[in-house]
Formats: sequence, structure tokens, C-alpha cells
Amino acid sequence: MLTTCLKRIKSSIQFLGAGLMLLPGLAMAEYALNFQRPVTEIAREVFELHNLILTIVIVIFIAVFVVMFYSIFAHRKSRGHKAANFHESTTVEVIWTIIPFIILVSMAIPSTATLLKMDNTSGSEMTVKIVGYQWKWQYEYLDHDISFFSSLSTPRAQIENKEKKGENYLLEVDNPVVLPVGKKIRFVLTANDVIHSWWVPQLAVKKDAIPGFINEMWTKIDEPGIYRGQCAELCGKDHGFMPIVIKAVSEEDFNKWVSLQKDKAVSAAADSNKVWTKTALLKKGKKVYEKSCQACHGATGAGVPGAFPAITGSKIATGPVKDHLAIVMDGKAGTAMQAFKGQLSDADLAAVVTFERNGLGNKAGDIVQPSQVKALR
Amino acid sequence: MNEQTNKKTATRLLLVAVAMFGFGYALVPLYDLLCDVTGLNGKTQRADVSEIKNQKIILDRLVKVEFTTMVNTNLPWKFKALQNKVSVHPGELTTVKFLVRNMTDMAITGQAIPSVAPSKAANHFKKIECFCFTQQTLQPGEEKEMAVQFVVDSKLAPEIDTITLAYTFFNSNKNIKTGLIKKQPVAVAANNSK
Amino acid sequence: MSEAAHHHPTGLSRWLFTTNHKDIGTMYLVFAFMMAIIGGLMSLVIRAELFEPGLQLVDPNFFNQMTTVHALVMVFGFVMPAFVGLANWMIPLMIGAPDMALPRMNNWSFWLLPPAATLLIISLFVPGGGPAAGWTLYPPLSIQGGMGMDFTILTVHMLGISSILGSINIIATILNMRAPGMALMKMPLFVWTWLITAFLLLAAIPVFAGAVTMLLTDRHFGTQFFDAAGGGDPVLFQHIFWFFGHPEVYILVLPAFGVISQVIPTFARKPLFGYSSMVFATAAIAFLSFIVWAHHMYTVGMPVAGELFFMYATMLIAVPTGVKVFNWVATMWRGSMTFEAPMLFAIATVFTFTMGGVTGLMLALTPVDFQYHDTYFVVAHFHYVIVGGSVLGLFTAVYYWLPKWTGHMYSEVVGKWHFWLTMIGINLTFFPQHFSGLAGMPRRIPDYALQFAEFNMWSTYGAFLAVFSQLIFFYLVWKTVKGGEKATDQVWEGAEGLEWTVPSPAPYHTFETPPKVS
Repeated sequence: MLTTCLKRIKSSIQFLGAGLMLLPGLAMAEYALNFQRPVTEIAREVFELHNLILTIVIVIFIAVFVVMFYSIFAHRKSRGHKAANFHESTTVEVIWTIIPFIILVSMAIPSTATLLKMDNTSGSEMTVKIVGYQWKWQYEYLDHDISFFSSLSTPRAQIENKEKKGENYLLEVDNPVVLPVGKKIRFVLTANDVIHSWWVPQLAVKKDAIPGFINEMWTKIDEPGIYRGQCAELCGKDHGFMPIVIKAVSEEDFNKWVSLQKDKAVSAAADSNKVWTKTALLKKGKKVYEKSCQACHGATGAGVPGAFPAITGSKIATGPVKDHLAIVMDGKAGTAMQAFKGQLSDADLAAVVTFERNGLGNKAGDIVQPSQVKALR
Repeated sequence: MNEQTNKKTATRLLLVAVAMFGFGYALVPLYDLLCDVTGLNGKTQRADVSEIKNQKIILDRLVKVEFTTMVNTNLPWKFKALQNKVSVHPGELTTVKFLVRNMTDMAITGQAIPSVAPSKAANHFKKIECFCFTQQTLQPGEEKEMAVQFVVDSKLAPEIDTITLAYTFFNSNKNIKTGLIKKQPVAVAANNSK
Repeated sequence: MSEAAHHHPTGLSRWLFTTNHKDIGTMYLVFAFMMAIIGGLMSLVIRAELFEPGLQLVDPNFFNQMTTVHALVMVFGFVMPAFVGLANWMIPLMIGAPDMALPRMNNWSFWLLPPAATLLIISLFVPGGGPAAGWTLYPPLSIQGGMGMDFTILTVHMLGISSILGSINIIATILNMRAPGMALMKMPLFVWTWLITAFLLLAAIPVFAGAVTMLLTDRHFGTQFFDAAGGGDPVLFQHIFWFFGHPEVYILVLPAFGVISQVIPTFARKPLFGYSSMVFATAAIAFLSFIVWAHHMYTVGMPVAGELFFMYATMLIAVPTGVKVFNWVATMWRGSMTFEAPMLFAIATVFTFTMGGVTGLMLALTPVDFQYHDTYFVVAHFHYVIVGGSVLGLFTAVYYWLPKWTGHMYSEVVGKWHFWLTMIGINLTFFPQHFSGLAGMPRRIPDYALQFAEFNMWSTYGAFLAVFSQLIFFYLVWKTVKGGEKATDQVWEGAEGLEWTVPSPAPYHTFETPPKVS
């Protein structure tokens, strides 16, 4: 009868449950099969919650299908089993409505507790503003007056399979976000163009960056280390190529890094006052081009027909310098061409415009000095 | 057979479909209403002076208000807050200045869009005066100081100790879009801006 | 079918102007199969690019177009039309009606599909390429796209109108055309699930039509529904989209539940367990599907009260869904089972759908969903639900009713080959994706970090196996249409219902005088 069947289910749950308790333990050792190692209190809680719920659903799943496969094995015509004729049982139906409900409540309680903790941003010690761009991140330390862009540093050659891929392929950036450990850090997020989503698995933080709106979340990192993440919301062509790298350091190292950033700002100012040679500009310009322009306009400047215009032979790159500088610095409304003046230095901008006019098959002949760029700011 | 019945059923069902299409559109004002009531998406609203008159200043509580600015890629302006943050008592009227500069040799009109985090603070962030109530036009190279006057409502939830107010300036010049700008009634704002 | 061709037009005009529910059903099914092939080939482009790290075959822009169009083709071109085809063929036969309630409208609703699909495919070749914003079409990304996006919006409108007309027809048929004695609570479960699905379609599709219309006017006519610059909100689109989108996934899977509920009793030779609780569970799922939409958007930054509401409501869906699974198992329990291809597919559907169901429960929990959201874990989840639930459900239906449609038995040996290869293929494709998702691989990326390489390679092998196994299916159906062992009217020993009282193949006109149902 069905009651014996239920008894059998119960005992098999107990048996399998005992075995499955080991499963998260196993999974802890082999991270490729489960979450990455959590490094914050919240991330650990989320990981435990995940393991708990995974265990519960696996137990239920196995319990149901042990019954089904037993039935498939035992109640087949080829074994001469005759069909019974029952087709309802209110008791059983009530039981299997109520038991799942109780299991759900037991899942909802810890989930609610963790969610409320994640939501509480009070008591934060510093705020970092994160801005999503197609296809890079900008970080602004609201309490330290530091702001910089962070973009993929994996060379194109590795992506195009011309070079061996490095250990952190696609998960490395030029400027990592440096954060102190042991401090409650509040993030506020927004975006410039489309929706992005900032996700670092080991911190268990993920939130959308939405243009025109601001979101917030927080973290408190336990231990120094490098933690890597990626954009998690489809944001166009290079959605897969805008990673996040966090460098968590001690408070002392963080303060050192802050003062170093201030020094850097001073030396960049010196660069824009000096007069550059054409060779130096072309060399620097090629590097800047590869980093900031090549993704859309292509390695040879050919662009993508219909989507991204070519630079080779274009009216802008062969026309007046003023227009060329304007479009690179301020972008073009309504297109993917963004304003680069916020993310590139005077020297970078002068170099890349010089490169676009004299490389990639163009021969305008003129060069641009950083001081000219500075004057336009 | 019963062709008449079938046609009647079909007509009714078609009306349901049309009504649901309308419901899709009705979700727009419904969502705005929900946001106004709950502060759902962090949008702030203009407050009336009368609303804040009777506010008691709570001297034993300080709330940190941070200001952050964004200029959309399509707008060649510079825009920053003259103060990154202030600490205010709930109920206290505060003024903060922002600086904006047109970097081009054209006159351009822009619109600042405010957003508050956490979103549950949005309804308690009362602005009496703000450059975001109207569109701003800057002449070639013009620099302008603009003010925001606000009160953090004393009813702000006690666990909130930091509020971030973000402004994003968008270009309103390129294809000036009409019809849907409800939050910034230009004419009304002009009367009240003194 | 061809034997019955003596009193109706033949050739092209038969198919162009037909108002016969069986002809239209056949056209829907053939169209759906063609779309499945196109969508399947697109998935192979995706899987081939993801075979190993690095960019090999396609550029990222085209990759995004493939993921977008693959999803649109599979959802709107394959699964939905296929179930409408089944409804056309089977509902009149199962309720003892001579045809659908509105035969001429039926013809229109089918013939909207081929031009719509053509438009979507053409969009891939216009300047700027096809839609690349994902099938969810989130603005502002979808505002950026080229002309291909406008083509897509037009396609969605045409497919939507087709579905609305189709569902009106189905509801009118079920409500008005039942044979005397066929009370609502006597209807076969396939008819019940379709009645509820049709109401879901009627309520959800127009909302989606509204959303894409707003997108279109935002793109070209100066409105700013979703543009922050003009007082709009891009998150509003997500709310409207998922208000449609969540019911949509039940639209895809409820008719499959109906099919399973027909097939399991037949091969267990035992009546369906808990008929009325099945009906109520279906209605409960349909109702709940309208109040859970925001669980697709936990990361947009909702107030915590909202997140809790959507979490609890979503978890509740597990209860009626669980009831269904338990009822199916109880139907098998102490039956007298045989395992012809329809039964194999039905059991597999229960198994793989439940796998997608339990990961769905995990995704419902907000704090852990922050980790799962937009990763391959989600990709694995919904493919287990849609491939493991809807598509296997479709195969179940085709094997079950093919003898009735063609008058011939299919080859059981070929059917079993198709079954096992498909099962290995889809599980090899989608099971490893759970792991790459948990380990941190975002979805919709054309290239990935090295630690995900192994699982992606397996997935690619699986996808090729799963898609190419469908050649066997095509061969099997082709052979069965052309000839084979004669099928009896009863076809299956344990089958019950009006459709088995008509001859095999079902004649062009059936139940011109309504049967008596006792």
C-alpha cells in the first residue's frame, strides 16, 4: 500500500541524507564544482546556505526518483505485474502538499536572515563609487579623491589564439581596485551607457549598475588577496571582456597606495607640459590604440562594417585635427563612441590621435602635442 | 454549428487581449506611482516648503550625505559638487553648491537626473530647490554655480547613516523628446525657483 | 493522411487556404520542426565558439546575435508553435468536436508565422546585424542596436498576434465545442492544460507587445519610457518584460505537463492519479506565475521588502509543481508498465524537468541568487526546464500520436536510438553548465577564463550529439509518414479517450456528428 511506500521513502531519505551530508564537504575541497572560496562573512553565510539548500533538494530529488525507478523496475508488464486501479487518496495528497510547504519554510527562514544582513549598509567606513562603461569600469574613492578606469589587460594576441594564454586569462586588469581589509566598504553603483552588473564571487556581491540611477551594497573583506570577477549583465559586444580585479591589502598598505596615487597625478601633469617627438607619440599612441580603440575599430583600423566605422581613410582621421580631437575627447552622441577625455591623459590622447592620423594606413602628416589637448580641456 | 456563440466568445477574448495591451501601458504610471510612494527606484521628488516648515531638527542624530556627479558621454560638460559630503541633522535645511561648465563653443541644454541610495531614503530626502527641477542651458564656455537646498526628513529610518545623492547630467539637445518628462514641470519650476 | 484526400483541394492551395484543423496542425508542426533546426544550428555556432577559450569562429557581436536569435527562434518559433500544432490536431479529436471553433482565423494565425520568422532571419543580414541584446531585449542596450532590432520588434508583434488568435481559438473551441456529456472535469488533462495555457497567453502576450512597442517608440519616436534622461526608468522595462516573461515559461511547459498526464496512464495501464488535484495544481501554477516576475531581477536593487515578497511567492510555486510530479509517480506506482518510446520520453521528461525545477527553487532564494544570477547555473536551469520539460514533452506527444496521424507504427528500434542519444546529448550539454555557473562563469560571453575550459568542452560535445541525433527523429517520422506497419484504431493497449475511437489515420473530417460521452 501507499503507507508502506511512504515508510520506504522515509528510510531512504534518512540513509541518503546521511551520505549527502558529506557532499558539501567534498565540494569544499574541489572548487571547480562549487562556489569559489568565500572571503567575507556574508559570502560564507551564502555559501553555507547554498550547500544546505543543495543538500535538501538533492535528498528530495533522490527520494522521489528512487520511488519512481523502483516502480519502473517492479511494476512492469513484462514481469507480469497487474495494474491496480486506485486513482486518488486525499490523505496522501494532503501530505505531499503540506510536507513540501514545511520544507520551504525551513529554507525561507535562513534566507531571510542572510538577506536582511546583506541589505544593511549602515556603519560603513568608506564609499567607493563604481561606474560601468562599455566596456570597462571606473572607480571613484569618494573619501580619498581618487578616480581611475580599470580595463582588461589580457593582450589581444592571447584572445586571438596567437599567443599562449596566461594564468589569469580574461580575469586581469590594468588598474585593480585596491581595498583595505577589515573595513566595511560601501559601494554605490551607476553606469554611463547601458546596464552592467558588478560581480565578485568570492565576496558574494552582485548588483546592477544602471545609467541615471544609483544602487548600493557593501562588503567587508577578511583577508588580503586578489579577488577576481566579471560583468554579469549583457552590455554589448565586449561584455565578456570587462573583468573586475580587487586587490585587498592591509590598512597600512592601503594608505600607502592612496598617497602613491596622488603622486601619480602630479607626474601626469608634467607629461602634458613637455614637447614630444613624433616617434615617441606614435609608439605611445599604438599602445593606447590597442587598449582603448582596437576592440571596436579593429587592429588595422578597418572597423566592423555597419556597426563600427573604419579609421583608415575616414573623413575624421584625415580631416582637420580639431574635429578629430573633438570626437575622441567628447565621443559621438547616440553611438558607442564614448568620450575618452575622462579616462585618458593629455599625453595619451595626443599620442593616439597622432597614431590614428599617421598609422593604420593614414598619412595626414601632422602631429598633436599634449599641450594642445590640455588647452581643450 | 453554433457559429454565433463562437464569435461572441472570440470577441470577448479579443477584448481581454486589448485590455491586457492597455494594462502593459498602465504599468508605466502605476510603476511611477509605486516609486513615488515607496521610493522604489531612488528617484527623489520636489518637496513643498510647507512640508519642511514644521520639521523638528533632531540635534542628537547626524546623517552623512555624499554627493557624486556623472556627466553622460553625450554631454561635453564638466560637472562637480563643490562639497563631496556634509553631515546634517535630520530636519535641518542645508544648501550645497555644484559647479557646471560648458566645454564647447555651442550653447547646450542639459538635464540633471537625481538618484538616491539607499532607495528607502529617497522619500525622506526633501529638495526645496534644485537645478534638476528644470533644464539648464549653458552658453559657449559658460560656467555656472548651481544650488540644491534640501532637508533630510526626521522620519528617516534609524538604521540609515549614509545617503548618497547622485546627479547624472544628460544632453537634452539632441532630439528633444517630449511628452514623458513629468517629474520636472518646467513652467511650474520657473515660478518657484526664487 | 493522403488516403483521406478525396474530398478536399490538393496541392499548394490546399495548404494555403485550408481551414481544416488537422492540416493546420500539421503545418504548425512542420514549421516548428524547421525552426528547431535553425535554432539548433545557431546553438551549435554558440557551442563551437565556446569549445575552447579564445575567439575562434565568430566575433563577439555575431556571438551575441546568435544567443539572442537562438532564444527567440526556439521560444517563439519552435516550442510555442509546436504546442499550438498539437492543440490544433488533438483538441477537437479529444473533445469530440468536428473542427476548431474559428477555422478561418486558424488559417490566419498559422500564416502569420512564416513571414515573421523570415523577417527575424533577415535581420541577421541587415547592416549592423541582428538583435544582439539577448532575448530579454533590455534597454538601453536594445536602444543602441541597428535596424535588426526593429525587425525583431516587428517579428515579435506578428508572432504575438498569431499566438493571441491561436489561443482565442483554442479557448472558444474548448468552451463551446465539447461533445454532449464532455463536462469540464471530464476533459483529458492535455485539454485542461491547454485551456489554462491559452488564458496565460491571452494575458501575457499583449503586455509583451506593449513593452516592445514602447521600445520601438523610444528608439524612433522620441518617447522616453526607459530613458533616465527623460524621466524614464530602464528597470521599468524589466518589470513589464518579466510580467510577461514568467508566465511565458509556463506557457512553454504546461502543455507538456498535459501530454505527460495523457501518456503515463496509457502505458501504466492505470488511471491518472489525482485528476482534480492536477487541474487545480495547473491553475495554481498559472495564477502564481503572474506574481513572481521580479525574481528574475533581484540584482536591480529592489527594496528588501520587495525581494522577500517575490522570494516567498516564487517558493510557493514548488508546492503545486511538486504535487504534479508526485501524482505522476503515483500513477506509475503499481501499474502494469511497458516502455515504448512515448513512455520513455514521458519518464525522461518527468526526470529532467524535475531537475530544472529543483534548481529553480534554489534560484528563488534571493541571497544565493545573487551568486547564481546571470551565470551558467541559470543557463543550465532553464535548459533543463525547457529542453528537459517542453521539448522532451513534444517528442513524447509526437511518438504517442504519430500512429494516429499517419496510420502507421513508427520503428520502435529507431525510436529508442533517438531517445538514448538525445538523452545523453542534452544531459552532457547542460549538466556541466551547473558547475561552470557555480564556479563563476557569467552567461552570454563569447570567451571565458581557463578554469571553465573542461566543462565547456563537454557541453559542446553534448550539443553536437543532441542536435545531430534529431536527424534520426527526422528519418523516423519520414519513414512513418511514407509507410510501415498498419496502426490499429486503438494504437496503444491502455489508451483511453475519444481520439482513439476514430480510425487510424484520422480521416480528414471527424466527429461531424458529435459522439456521446458517458
